[in-house]
Amino acid sequence: MADELAISVRGLRKAYGDNVAVAGVDLDVHRGEVFALLGPNGAGKTTTVEILEGYRRRDSGEVSVLGSDPERPTADWRARVGIVLQGTGEFDELTVAEVVRHFSGFYADADDPDKVVERVGLGDKAKARTHTLSGGQKRRLDVALGIIGRPELLFLDEPTTGFDPEARREFWELIRDLAAAGTTIVLTTHYLDEAESLADRVGVIAGGRLVEVAPPNRLGNRQDALATVSWRTPEGSVETAQSATPTALVADLAARFGGEVPGLTVTRPTLEDIYLRMIGH
Amino acid sequence: MTTTTKPATPVAAAPARRIGPGGLALRQGRLEITQFLRSRESVVFTMGFPIIMILIFAAIFSDEIAPGVSYTQYFITGMIATGLMTVSFQNLGIWIPIERDRGVLKRYRGTPMPKWVWFAGKVIMVVVIGIAETALLLAVSVALFDLDLPATAAKWLTFGWVSVLGVTACTLCGIAISSLARTARSGSAVVTPVALVLQFISGVFFVFTQLPSWMQQVAALFPLKWMCQGLRSVFLPESFGAREPGGSFELDRVALVLVLWCVIGLVLCLTTFRWTTKRDG
Repeated sequence: MADELAISVRGLRKAYGDNVAVAGVDLDVHRGEVFALLGPNGAGKTTTVEILEGYRRRDSGEVSVLGSDPERPTADWRARVGIVLQGTGEFDELTVAEVVRHFSGFYADADDPDKVVERVGLGDKAKARTHTLSGGQKRRLDVALGIIGRPELLFLDEPTTGFDPEARREFWELIRDLAAAGTTIVLTTHYLDEAESLADRVGVIAGGRLVEVAPPNRLGNRQDALATVSWRTPEGSVETAQSATPTALVADLAARFGGEVPGLTVTRPTLEDIYLRMIGH
Repeated sequence: MTTTTKPATPVAAAPARRIGPGGLALRQGRLEITQFLRSRESVVFTMGFPIIMILIFAAIFSDEIAPGVSYTQYFITGMIATGLMTVSFQNLGIWIPIERDRGVLKRYRGTPMPKWVWFAGKVIMVVVIGIAETALLLAVSVALFDLDLPATAAKWLTFGWVSVLGVTACTLCGIAISSLARTARSGSAVVTPVALVLQFISGVFFVFTQLPSWMQQVAALFPLKWMCQGLRSVFLPESFGAREPGGSFELDRVALVLVLWCVIGLVLCLTTFRWTTKRDG
């Protein structure tokens, strides 16, 4: 396939009455990329993603997802796109294995249901009715249904909301696995560490606009920001300096202390600092 | 497509096998039936209600409506009609809003499943449960109240087409009315009063011709009255036709009104059905 872009968006706009949810978004996502859409609640993340998923109609703009316009989804296109929605669609009376097996029937090239259940970490819950699952386990079931058709492109809308830290780490591993196997992944999140840990590139969305798109370590020119170097003086107080050349400063300090610098730290602005500045706080 | 863009899971996974449309519909029907049977409220209210009612009515009215014709022979027609309406109209009108609210429908829309398969699943569920419930009702009535089953093939045929047309009309109307409920909980608030009023004015609990004539006129606008009337032609002696408001069982008109409601229901379904809740856009 010649098309190297999984997603291409130009001038996307969507309003609900007077409320403009998406105000002109341009966006490219490359095949095989993990792209995170980061933004506060109400910024337009879900609206944007649901337009890409074919759930919502846009007011204007050009959108291509896997080479097709998602406003006219065909069954073949649907089979290539995996979707993990924000809200969970529950099947209270069915077991995990039954639901996953049922959904596997919708795809010509589905993955093995038992293996997928195992893969999302629900192996020991396969025979449990879905209403007995915890919030995090339900989310894993959502993911299982999102990947059962072996999608080329997987959308994840705030996938780890409500997870405990351990569950999130495990979930990230799963996403890395999928990405390593070549799946293009678009996820929305408001967790910065999630974006930083998973994404090749991050798009920060605020007020319906993409304010910046960059690899996480370059967001807001983060790598060029002044570093903060702090250390403890022989008198015991903490000294702090902003520096564009922290390495030189540390070398200088090392020379001054004749080796180890007590209490030395070198930090750059965190992604959170940059992000909060971008979304206008 | 290159291999690098086709993601996921070892090559050893199941070979491509697309399930045909008929197979998909049957699987969907089986899933719906499983969900129905595992939901205790559904089973008790849908399957049990007509049987409980016939037990009560047979206990209250133990005499004969005419020489050699028991009250049960009359009431069974209303109970069959009510049972068919419950399993189709009420069952769908109450459950679809719940599934819509939970996001189950939205999730199905995100898969390559053809839309009609979901409707087919509901229809299969309604038909199977409707047949089971009617058979149970007849068995109980024959065993306990000496109900006379239709004696001729022609009467069974009438029984068949009245039931099929009635269930079809009620199914379509149930799907249509499900779109009126804005939340999961409001489904039963919308549907139950409609069903209850229709039962009272359509001759389910009372002998139809003993109702005030304006009530008969109103009831004649809706399918339940005609389902009851068609079924009376099956379970009551030919001579009872003279007691009907029109002086006969008017089977041609029964067919006409039920077909009309099928058309109305279908048009409403096609024009108003929503896969997502209003707040989902």
